[in-house]
Amino acid sequence: MSFAFDLLLALALLWSGWRTLTTPRLDQAIVLFIAFGLLMALGWARLSAPDIGLAEAAIGAGLTGALLLDAYGALRQRTEQP
Amino acid sequence: MRRFLVIAFAAAFAAALGSAMLELAPSPLDLRIPVAAHLAQSGVSHPVTAVLLNYRGYDTLLEIAVLLLALLGILAVVGKDNPSPPRPAHPVLQTLARLATPSIIVMAVYLLWAGAFRPGGAFQAGALLAAAAVLLHLVGLLPAWSMPRLRLRLGFVIGFVVFLMVSTALLGQGALLKYPAETAGMLILLIESALTLSLALILAGLFLLLSRDQGGA
Repeated sequence: MSFAFDLLLALALLWSGWRTLTTPRLDQAIVLFIAFGLLMALGWARLSAPDIGLAEAAIGAGLTGALLLDAYGALRQRTEQP
Repeated sequence: MRRFLVIAFAAAFAAALGSAMLELAPSPLDLRIPVAAHLAQSGVSHPVTAVLLNYRGYDTLLEIAVLLLALLGILAVVGKDNPSPPRPAHPVLQTLARLATPSIIVMAVYLLWAGAFRPGGAFQAGALLAAAAVLLHLVGLLPAWSMPRLRLRLGFVIGFVVFLMVSTALLGQGALLKYPAETAGMLILLIESALTLSLALILAGLFLLLSRDQGGA
């Protein structure tokens, strides 16, 4: 059971990482990056490193994701009204 | 042809990397044993916190210095004009943010306290507090920060200053950041509390100082 979960987690990590890099749309890539960060936090927890998992969820997925979304909003605003 | 070459190179690189990882000899130095052996003197009972704030305390000291430096870089590009007032979000979102914020603060204090004996600590607690500030900003309850005044500047540096003061005060014992065993727990808690405050303000500042020219977008 836990092996199946780990396998699924590893596959989901690889898949979301690949999609993050190859998605042409910036907003989708950012959301995928946040999802990747949350999956990564789960991965760290499965590797019995909950400290890194907590930091990854809070800083990697949460704050970096918010910053990226903010930057995307600023970029879009700049291109809409030149 | 070119595509094939690229794929072949990538596959060869991946294979080389994989074989190198598999051939990696086990580390000749197992640090888990000395860490466990000196845990009783470190002032905390969670090995990760002991490593971060006692055995390798100067790593953490330099980490907070790097974050402070990043914030100073941002302050250099922030203009002096007043930020436009934030756009209020939907009332439901605002109410949700108002309800979530107190529990986030309680959670952050818990993480800070729990860092001594289980996963947690200053970094996670600070990031949570910063996330609460970002949340409040996104729903339009907290205006973006303009050029910070004295109080906010003091908040930015207090973690680094307290850490530096403790290490300077302990310099008389002959080594940097060598806590005496009986007061180690208290000193670590003092440093971590200051670090949490500074980290929260710095991480929130990274967001709130930069998002000022978009009216809370």
